[in-house]
Amino acid sequence: MTTVDDQSVGMSYLESFPRKFLRVYLPLGLIVFFLLFPFYWMAVATFKPDAEMYDYEKYNPFWIVHPTLEHINKLFFETDYPLWMWNTVIVSVSSTFISLFASVCAAYAIERLRYKGSRYVGLAIFLGYLVPPSILFIPLAAIVFQLGLFDGNLALILTYPTFLIPFCTWLLMGYFRTIPYELEECALIDGATRLQILTKITLPLSLPGLISAGIFAFTLSWNEFIYALTFISSSENKTIPVGAITELVNGDVYHWGALMAAALTGSVPVVILYSFFVEYYVSAMTGAVKE
Amino acid sequence: MAVLAEPVAEVTRSSLWSRAFESRNFLGAMFMVPAIATLILFLAYPLALGFWLGMTDTKIGGAGRYIGFENFVSLAKDSVFWLSVFNTIFYTVTASIVKFAIGLYLALLLNERLPFKSMIRAIVLLPFVVPTVLSAIAFWWIYDSQFSIISWVLIKAGLITRYIDFLGDPWNARWSVVVANIWRGVPFVAITLLAGLQTISPSLYEAANLDGATNLQRFRHITLPMLSPIIAVVMTFSVLMTFTDFQLIYTITRGGPINATHLMATLSFQRAITGGNLGEGAAISNAMIPFLVAAILLSFFGLQRSRWQQGGRD
Repeated sequence: MTTVDDQSVGMSYLESFPRKFLRVYLPLGLIVFFLLFPFYWMAVATFKPDAEMYDYEKYNPFWIVHPTLEHINKLFFETDYPLWMWNTVIVSVSSTFISLFASVCAAYAIERLRYKGSRYVGLAIFLGYLVPPSILFIPLAAIVFQLGLFDGNLALILTYPTFLIPFCTWLLMGYFRTIPYELEECALIDGATRLQILTKITLPLSLPGLISAGIFAFTLSWNEFIYALTFISSSENKTIPVGAITELVNGDVYHWGALMAAALTGSVPVVILYSFFVEYYVSAMTGAVKE
Repeated sequence: MAVLAEPVAEVTRSSLWSRAFESRNFLGAMFMVPAIATLILFLAYPLALGFWLGMTDTKIGGAGRYIGFENFVSLAKDSVFWLSVFNTIFYTVTASIVKFAIGLYLALLLNERLPFKSMIRAIVLLPFVVPTVLSAIAFWWIYDSQFSIISWVLIKAGLITRYIDFLGDPWNARWSVVVANIWRGVPFVAITLLAGLQTISPSLYEAANLDGATNLQRFRHITLPMLSPIIAVVMTFSVLMTFTDFQLIYTITRGGPINATHLMATLSFQRAITGGNLGEGAAISNAMIPFLVAAILLSFFGLQRSRWQQGGRD
């Protein structure tokens, strides 16, 4: 499937501006406003002092009159937030690399070695992608407990690949398929081993695919919630999403400022990474669909 | 001749080993080990263990015994369970329909000739990129009973007189979480459908233009049929993610008020982990599987069918 950039349809360039404004820009603007408002609201609450946050009569809720770093300060120095951040980074990076390694090997074997039954294994791996974490977490909790991994980073590092490997393998299979087989045949004739072919030809050529899979896997593990909520119990081992929702709420007292600061600062790293690799991210997301 | 015999012998000896490494089946099996080992230990085994746990009375910290279908029998009499089934179906159906409608509309808008198109596309995808729990916290604050910005704006506009109790009333709470789910899901639907739209050749539209087709006809007879296979896949994923959603509900309502927003996933968490009844929780998870398979088949084949009827390949 080729991508066509120029989408000009017929005589649409003749359309007058007011007409196009009503037909395209206005609805687009409304939808984008709907999609972005929660982020704006998150940012406003993060930098707003408590006095303004809970007083809509004196202060307009949409603005900040006296911006403050009070909430961020509280979050970073009075809670375990730095530890959560550290755990999230460790878990996301390790599970992404483990998954990439396993997926590269598996995808290469399925696509290029084409051993007996490789088609069916490929299909089974894709079906694995359709098994949602919300029906796996209970038995997985029992297994994690049995293996003595409960309440540690290793519990997450080893279980996240269950949803990352199927996705990465499926995506990389698509990329490997686009590499001409002749390149590998030449190398085989020249006496290269399969491992050399993989590391010297296939991997360099599928670097965009590797980046796509890596970025997407990283954000998926950064965002993961249900396993981290179930397998981790002590505060210093939690990840950002779990820590924010369980530790920043004391009974009925919600620390809205700190909660919002956690939400904002926990989102920023992913968003920065995403902004550098938007194209790769999108191709990863649409990759599975376009197959 | 004796001189020649030795090298030949060596070749055959080394080739036994190297032939194993050249054999595609052997090598293929070796390459599959890391992925298959992980998936069997942490995916296939737990899936099977889940079936077993659902038929036991296992509690946290204690071995259970086999009790057959007792868990399911007691669930069948449990009104909270049936409420969660209703909520899950309501949540999935309403959110998926709206996500599809807004998503397709947004994809069509983004497919127009626009300034800063790639930047707009990058911004649109943001709700899908940030951690769901963290954006759900923002929704939680937006829906606050005392400080909701929506209520404030509506009061200032003179449309209502009292703050809306978004999360305290069962139906308000249901619609509130549906809106949050739509917010999170629209970008995924829109961007993947946009990728599909971009593969449609403009020459089809040109031909239709020459034949005098209207905008609506072009959409009905070119865009929709060309897009339907991708719509099928996207909506299957979307339904799957919505049906098994856990994060949004757990963050915004925790299943409240009075279980009015409990989904099957959150109920199974509450019974299994919070309440300690692993067996009962696993039974609820298992009860999701038939619904899940039905939802996947329905959205996938339902949308594929329309393509067959139009004479396309399957």
